[in-house]
Amino acid sequence: MSAVVLDHIQKWYGKEKTIALKEVSLEVEEGELFGLIGPDGAGKSSIFRILTTLILPDGGKASVLGKDVVDAYKFIRESVGYMPGRFSLYQDLTVEENLHFFATVFGTTIEENYDLIKDIYVFLEPFKHRPAGKLSGGMKQKLALCCALIHQPKVLFLDEPTTGVDPVSRKEFWDMLKRLKSKNITVLVSTPYMDEAGMCDRVALIHQGKILAIDSPEGISKAYPFDLYEVKSDKISVTLNQLRKHISVKSCYSFGDVLHVSFEKGFTAINEVLDAITIDHLEVKKIEAGVEDSFMAYMTN
Amino acid sequence: MEKVITAHQLTKKFGQFIATNAITFDVKAGEIFGFLGANGAGKTTAMRMLCGLSKPSSGEAKIAGYDIYTQTESIKQHIGYMSQKFSLYEDLTVTENIRFFGGIYGLSQQQIKEKSDALIQRLELSSVAHTLLSSLPLGWKQKLAFSVAILHEPKIVFLDEPTGGVDPVTRRQFWDLIYEAAAKGITIFVTTHYMDEAEYCDRISIMVDGKMEALGTPLELKQQFKAVTMDEVFYILARGAKRIE
Amino acid sequence: MKRLLSFVKKEFKHVMRDRKTLLILFGMPVVQILIFGFALSNEIKESGIVVLDNSHSETSRKFIEKVSSGHYFEVENLIDDNAELENSFKEGKVKLALVIPNHFEERVLAGEPSNLQVVVDASDPNTATVLTNYIAAISRDFQMQMSQLPVTPQLIQPEVRMLYNPQLKGAPNFVPGVMALVLMLICVMMTAVSIVREKETGTMEILLVSPFHPFMVIMAKAIPYMFISLLNVTTILLLSVWVLDLPINGSILLLYAESSLFIAASLAIGIFISIKTSSQQVAMLISLMGMMLPTILFSGFMFPIENMPLPLQVISNIIPAKWFYIIVKSIMIKGLGFSYIWKETLILFGMTLFFFLISLKNFKIRLS
Repeated sequence: MSAVVLDHIQKWYGKEKTIALKEVSLEVEEGELFGLIGPDGAGKSSIFRILTTLILPDGGKASVLGKDVVDAYKFIRESVGYMPGRFSLYQDLTVEENLHFFATVFGTTIEENYDLIKDIYVFLEPFKHRPAGKLSGGMKQKLALCCALIHQPKVLFLDEPTTGVDPVSRKEFWDMLKRLKSKNITVLVSTPYMDEAGMCDRVALIHQGKILAIDSPEGISKAYPFDLYEVKSDKISVTLNQLRKHISVKSCYSFGDVLHVSFEKGFTAINEVLDAITIDHLEVKKIEAGVEDSFMAYMTN
Repeated sequence: MEKVITAHQLTKKFGQFIATNAITFDVKAGEIFGFLGANGAGKTTAMRMLCGLSKPSSGEAKIAGYDIYTQTESIKQHIGYMSQKFSLYEDLTVTENIRFFGGIYGLSQQQIKEKSDALIQRLELSSVAHTLLSSLPLGWKQKLAFSVAILHEPKIVFLDEPTGGVDPVTRRQFWDLIYEAAAKGITIFVTTHYMDEAEYCDRISIMVDGKMEALGTPLELKQQFKAVTMDEVFYILARGAKRIE
Repeated sequence: MKRLLSFVKKEFKHVMRDRKTLLILFGMPVVQILIFGFALSNEIKESGIVVLDNSHSETSRKFIEKVSSGHYFEVENLIDDNAELENSFKEGKVKLALVIPNHFEERVLAGEPSNLQVVVDASDPNTATVLTNYIAAISRDFQMQMSQLPVTPQLIQPEVRMLYNPQLKGAPNFVPGVMALVLMLICVMMTAVSIVREKETGTMEILLVSPFHPFMVIMAKAIPYMFISLLNVTTILLLSVWVLDLPINGSILLLYAESSLFIAASLAIGIFISIKTSSQQVAMLISLMGMMLPTILFSGFMFPIENMPLPLQVISNIIPAKWFYIIVKSIMIKGLGFSYIWKETLILFGMTLFFFLISLKNFKIRLS
């Protein structure tokens, strides 16, 4: 049985009926770490809110643990954990008080489920008497995760848990999610950072309310429709502009200190293209596409 | 080369807590300067001091030639500022926003008209020129916000995580705008959590626990820390951080 | 039950950690009582007057002495002509002037009617009326003293007895009023704001996605404010007994029971506002404009309702504070029992039930 099912879900907002979700369908298997990858405003939060029974879909059906999100909202509210996009704990309560409070709200105690949160809580332990509002971004995120986990949910919904968090804390956070997987908790997590897709079992790329692709990160990369080359240059921006103007070049984007240039599959005349560039000492090699390459290819098609 | 930012031993203390600890650096005119650091490393505090919003506890700094203790009003005239949180008015249209901010910086009606036409054309916003900002995608808003922040041709523009949550294509278009501005001689001072963006900067500094632990071009830093990517440089530095606040 | 308890504990922590709000919560009743008690008193006390004595007689001097002997008036000046009289008013030093006629002595002693001219600053009509009444009473008294004969025996001589408040003090009037005002403000505003705050910070989102019925969230919010409000009732009562010398004539138990009912009504209104609004500012504004103003205007403690035009009198009936004001006055000042106020109690109860039910009906189990 799939833990989460979205079947042609539609959602629009406001008087102008701005489309938030267009016929979104996806399934998340039990025990899977599933990522929703897309920029802000893509519709990720709407999906989370529909699945956590906070808003009603305007079309289509959705279920969590086999139960409909509209009819069985009480059941779902008892069985899932949810961490909203914004830091949503009580800033004036201490770390320990927040955790204790959410435990009681869910009818349990910290002791009962300490096993599950132990790995995360060790980071927080030294600050347990500090008000939540005075924690750093990474620590707040860890506390919010603890609070969402305290009642041993079967499905965990994490809406952009790593946004605005520095790379080191982000990495720690993903390590924790991997450990949760071993406890057979289904995790649905969203992120605008493309490089985090690799941490998930499967991902859905989402943009402007539409699913672009659903697959494993490897599958997403494999499905990249072009041949991709990495170009190193001393004068990145000049090289970029010249490559973009070349007729055979499908796309050219900067990736850190290199360029990613794509050509039609099976394109062989790459050396001719490079000869046309006025910059010397170009280093070129063929590479596998990453999730970000794929995302941009889907976006611009 | 003219230096538009010079900071010497710049320090800010909150009681016993040293948020920014004696940072010293220069930024040249037209340079793209990346200001990196983990959450709570003291970036925001330093940036507020440089914008003339908060008085340092000790140390000196000049922004566009003006002293940050005594000439904060002149500083504000010569800088632009844009952050992820506040940029433009959501309940005004694109043109209204441009006109309003142009007016604030004392541009004439004629100037505002010319600049706003050019800007709308450059950003390809003519179809939504009279649309409320709230209904535009985030990436468009951020590009517009940046363009508005440099409407009055400031010497320096401070960008606080300008591309957070923006899609990958628009993110790169945003950096195209940054390059254009830098080519016109505007100095860019930018913070980001995307490590690939660190590579786009001419020079980067990395703050750890309130101190500036690294300063140089991306290439220099990678060599210095024997790393292949900026990501690694960042990990090596940030992992040594003691302060978790 | 354990969940509810834990929730209530959490609410107390919120309140106790917010020093500024705490100060407002417990400072407001004290400040209001003191302001109304000492600064805004509408009692007449040593009002400055001037006297133009045209009679220059033994009797007129005795009369002036009598006027100034009580604590109502203080003779600022004896003046010589009308111009000076006019100036005294222009300078704003006096509220009232007495002009004693030429043949004052002869007429008073003969028991004949005498025209005592009273000039009064009527820019504040209430005070003006009170002042002239006092002067009239004093002069009647004086005439009876001076003439041996019963004066104008054919007239009915009203003998006034001030019930419940013989000294005509302001306190019996405003203490119940302040009680209504303070409880209304604290209960309505604080509950509304604290619930809306959970919406704003996003914690409501988490609470909705929990097995804890969200309406219980709201009930749990009400309990701490009920407690705080009862503390405030105690503060106000202690202040009025010890500082303002206003005894509680009726049953204290009944007073607390009725206060609890009024608090419940206010909490229900606060909950209703919180359900209908989504930002703290709007909740605050509605509570202030929608509750405080009508409470001041229509509860009857500042402006007598009987003097209002009929439509306003009708409107005043939907203001809970009006009924509570009547109840508190009846118990505290008149010392009446429940049998005299059961009607008002029933109305308050009905209001509480009404707001509670429409809150329950309007409560959304999802985000809008």
